[in-house]
Amino acid sequence: MKLLILLVTVVGIIAVAQLAKIYQLSARLRGHREEDISEADTRLQGSLWIVFMFVLFGTTIWQFVRYGDYLPPSASLHGEAVDMLMGYNLALVIVVFFVVNALIFIFSFKYRFDKNRKAHFFPHDTRLEVIWTVIPSIVLAVIIIYGLQTWSEMTGPASDDSLRVELYSKQFDWTARYAGDNDEFGSTNFNLITPLNPLGIVTQEGIDQALLKIEDKIAKLNDELTVEKGHLLAEKVELENTLHPSDDHGHADHGHADHDDAHHEMSEGYKDNLEMRLAAIEDLLNSGNATVMTDAAYEAKEDKIYRLKRHRQRILELKNYEVGEGLDAWEVGNDDRIVKSEFHLPIGREIEFIFRSRDVLHSAFMPHFRAQMNTVPGLPTRFKIETTITTDSMRTILDNPDFNYILLCNKVCGSAHFNMQMTIVVETQEEYDAWLSEQKVYMAEKN
Amino acid sequence: MGNINHKESFISKYIFTYDHKMISKQFLITAIVMGILGVSMSILFRLQLGWPGESFAILETFLGKWAPGGVLDRNAYLALVTIHGTIMVFFVLTAGLSGTFSNLLIPLQIGARDMASGFLNMLSYWFFVISCVVMIFSLFVEGGAASGGWTIYPPLSALPQAMPGSGMGMTLWLLSMTLFVVSSLLGSLNYIVTIINLRTKGLSMTRLPLTIWAFFVTAILGVLSFPVLVSAIVLLLMDRMMGTAFYLSDIFIGGEALDATGGSPILYQHLFWFLGHPEVYIVLLPALGISSEVIATNSRKPIFGYKAMVGSIIAIGFLSFIVWAHHMFVTGMNPFLGSVFVFTTLLIAIPSAVKAFNYITTLWRGNIRLTPAMLFSIGLVSTFVTGGLTGIILADSALDVTVHDTYFVVGHFHIVMGLSAIFGMFAGVYHWFSKLFGRMMNTKMGYVHFWFTIVCGYGVFFPMHFVGLAGAPRRYYDSTSFDFLDSVTDLQPIISTFAIVGALAQLVFMFNFFYSIFRGQTATQNPWKSNTLEWTTPVEHIHGNWPGALPEVHRWAYDYSNPAHDEDFVLQTTPLKDGEVGH
Ligand code: HEM
Ligand SMILES: [Cu+2]
Ligand SMILES: [Cu+2]
Repeated sequence: MKLLILLVTVVGIIAVAQLAKIYQLSARLRGHREEDISEADTRLQGSLWIVFMFVLFGTTIWQFVRYGDYLPPSASLHGEAVDMLMGYNLALVIVVFFVVNALIFIFSFKYRFDKNRKAHFFPHDTRLEVIWTVIPSIVLAVIIIYGLQTWSEMTGPASDDSLRVELYSKQFDWTARYAGDNDEFGSTNFNLITPLNPLGIVTQEGIDQALLKIEDKIAKLNDELTVEKGHLLAEKVELENTLHPSDDHGHADHGHADHDDAHHEMSEGYKDNLEMRLAAIEDLLNSGNATVMTDAAYEAKEDKIYRLKRHRQRILELKNYEVGEGLDAWEVGNDDRIVKSEFHLPIGREIEFIFRSRDVLHSAFMPHFRAQMNTVPGLPTRFKIETTITTDSMRTILDNPDFNYILLCNKVCGSAHFNMQMTIVVETQEEYDAWLSEQKVYMAEKN
Repeated sequence: MGNINHKESFISKYIFTYDHKMISKQFLITAIVMGILGVSMSILFRLQLGWPGESFAILETFLGKWAPGGVLDRNAYLALVTIHGTIMVFFVLTAGLSGTFSNLLIPLQIGARDMASGFLNMLSYWFFVISCVVMIFSLFVEGGAASGGWTIYPPLSALPQAMPGSGMGMTLWLLSMTLFVVSSLLGSLNYIVTIINLRTKGLSMTRLPLTIWAFFVTAILGVLSFPVLVSAIVLLLMDRMMGTAFYLSDIFIGGEALDATGGSPILYQHLFWFLGHPEVYIVLLPALGISSEVIATNSRKPIFGYKAMVGSIIAIGFLSFIVWAHHMFVTGMNPFLGSVFVFTTLLIAIPSAVKAFNYITTLWRGNIRLTPAMLFSIGLVSTFVTGGLTGIILADSALDVTVHDTYFVVGHFHIVMGLSAIFGMFAGVYHWFSKLFGRMMNTKMGYVHFWFTIVCGYGVFFPMHFVGLAGAPRRYYDSTSFDFLDSVTDLQPIISTFAIVGALAQLVFMFNFFYSIFRGQTATQNPWKSNTLEWTTPVEHIHGNWPGALPEVHRWAYDYSNPAHDEDFVLQTTPLKDGEVGH
């Protein structure tokens, strides 16, 4: 490695020395000024623009030939309209690209410096300027109108009988949810998320389970705090002072009335309690179970308990209510189906995706369906598509038996952002129904 | 002040100087240093993208634990991308471009002895330096530098537990940007005041060179939009440190349900892009101003349609404030609101088209001197057109759905913002080098530098459009696990190779630049036979710019090849002839 660095340094120094020599040669020795561009240079630089034009246009055409079919045909209905719009826009843009760049490069060559010529004094021309304000305006008006038409069609409300699928993002994977037999999604609440209830679906069971989990955590933390040595010792001293006030008589502050009250009017029962507590502390300290914790760690745990209690409070505030036909809101989610790593869609159906996020922004990107929507914590978003090509047909079209539609994350969300994918399978309604009925029902894995 | 040449200490002359010419040089050199850093970072992560998973000794040498075994770590990848973007957009193209050329040219081209406030100008530079230092320092803190992309969207950027870069590194990023905004505001206010108040006798607004118009509108954009970034940053800091919930709601992370409810991550994006879009024009307008001047001078022709050029600068400036949500078409924003932004965004294409056509007409029947500065300016017109055209596709919300956040966007904004603005900066350096350092740069090396740069520039960013159309997301550390991207994987090493060659070509520029500072040919007073006032000052820098009285202006800046005169240029200080109609 050191050798390499040395080598690079040496080569660098030689390069700099050579450059300096070229520099000297090209400027000083020929004795002309830097600002005087020689005829040879003018010719060369002018011609290079033409060469550059051919290279740029040539490689552009080559890229269009080779990469112009950038994606397989759209597998969604609105995607066909989008592709068409893209086609028109690309065509227009490419034509303008060629024409305008050609003008720039050709003029740079054609009107290169000639000491026998004087430039044409042409400061303005209202007619020309109006032309190239009006023509772009008209072209842009067409683009806007056409574009917004497509936009409003694809973003309009989904129809009532569309299939609704929820896609849920978290660092770093996706979960899909389908409504169960009642055709309704159970409502969700992020406070209820547990390993068994990853989407936080609100059901009686979910609530009980989440509360249980919080109680567990609080209890465990409390246990840890009660055996902290420093605090036990401090409490011990305080108890002893309360029980035997004479010990510190000389130092006590007589000005405090309540202090006096405390030891004069202590009831027998209270005193017994304190003595029991003192004995317990001494037992603990002698047992060797007491642990030592830094103040910071102790406070962090206290803080955590505080937050857990707030969390518990938020869950307790959840209210049950009735949804149509006397259905209990907390029952609705019981039959929701939860799917990981691969989800299926029926062909020819309108599908409304509902996106939610657990932690940070993600973006549900399904390039083959020309669909993309951010997932935002606290703010469900939507996107509707209509499937048009099954996975099998697409495999035939592309002559690629391994082809799969894919959902990927397209908003940077952390270190594994680049690997947050889910396979999408489009199939007939029957296949889809069969697949769905096999999927796990909410909390199925609990036993 | 004027011609009194008082003795100065090293510190007051080179460090805490009030002189606009020296401050301009300070900005330029600092920006070059930051530029080297930013470009090097892009090479490091382009290695990973071009040859994913392959081991490069150079990575381990430079990055140590960030590239164990010579393979870039995935968190380091995101950190590099983020800091690269931040450095290039803010430190190089905002501070570097405006800081250098507004400072140099505003007093010189309007006939002023210095900026309105030399002290604020000095402060502006030093705030910039501190913010650079903080940003660089943030690379070395625990957890690494900010890693959520240069747009640092919350909740990712708000929650330290969301990724390593959202810890100390993010706090420092926010601090650095706040300092940067202070620097930018001090500078912009100074530019605005100077242009309004200190124009010399006879120099009406309608006679200003287009450079000054561009710097003027840029400064106004900065003053109106940067404070909004500060508010976004302050709210983010409060979410991070004080338990507020401006941007946070319903979040479960690290096994814990957060207390925050009622905030909206989308609010941040509205605030950010309210700065963010004007920011792209803060970057671009000075470059357009510079190229207007360079193209007119070297075509030996008046810039075509001066009034339309001024009008389109103002129109672009105004419109840039009402297009911000075109970055947010897929955030779940109301589709009708999206439509409004489609409309306003495409409106910007009209003044942009006018500018492009006016440049081309300026070239038409000119007598074009192909100096390096001119080559870069012509290159700028080309990249401005190319990048603007792909912008039309992005602005169409229905199409943006398919290419948003893909490499298509990366290609678009690098061509229009990266290449155009950098070309403008190079054009400015080659053209005004003699005003900065009293010497000339080497022309031949300038040619070599230019052709490598434009070929590699197009070679890097043009293919990215196809990568993006095929569906490749940006900010991916590795996309080899996606079979559907196989069709474009062969472009990745090509892109990376162009990037490396292009970066190496910049060494020619670096050499030419630094060598010429000391050994370049001594400049003459008006080497390009230009009309504007800066060429009436002596080659040697003096306090107050003009040794005697301030020059008086009698005409506009673009009397090139005027048939009423024998010479093909007429200094702005030349009085009108009998019967000549002035401008
Ligand atoms: C004809 C003029 C232009 C139009 C119509 C246009 C349109 C757009 C649109 C709609 C986007 C959002 C794309 C997306 O997020 O998917 C975008 C992105 C971007 N544009 Fe432009 N633009 C134009 C000119 C410019 C200029 C002049 C610059 C810079 C100097 C620029 C810099 C950027 C940048 C930096 C982004 C990236 C945002 C990100 O981080 O995702 N654009 N442009
Ligand atoms: Cu992601
Ligand atoms: Cu924008």
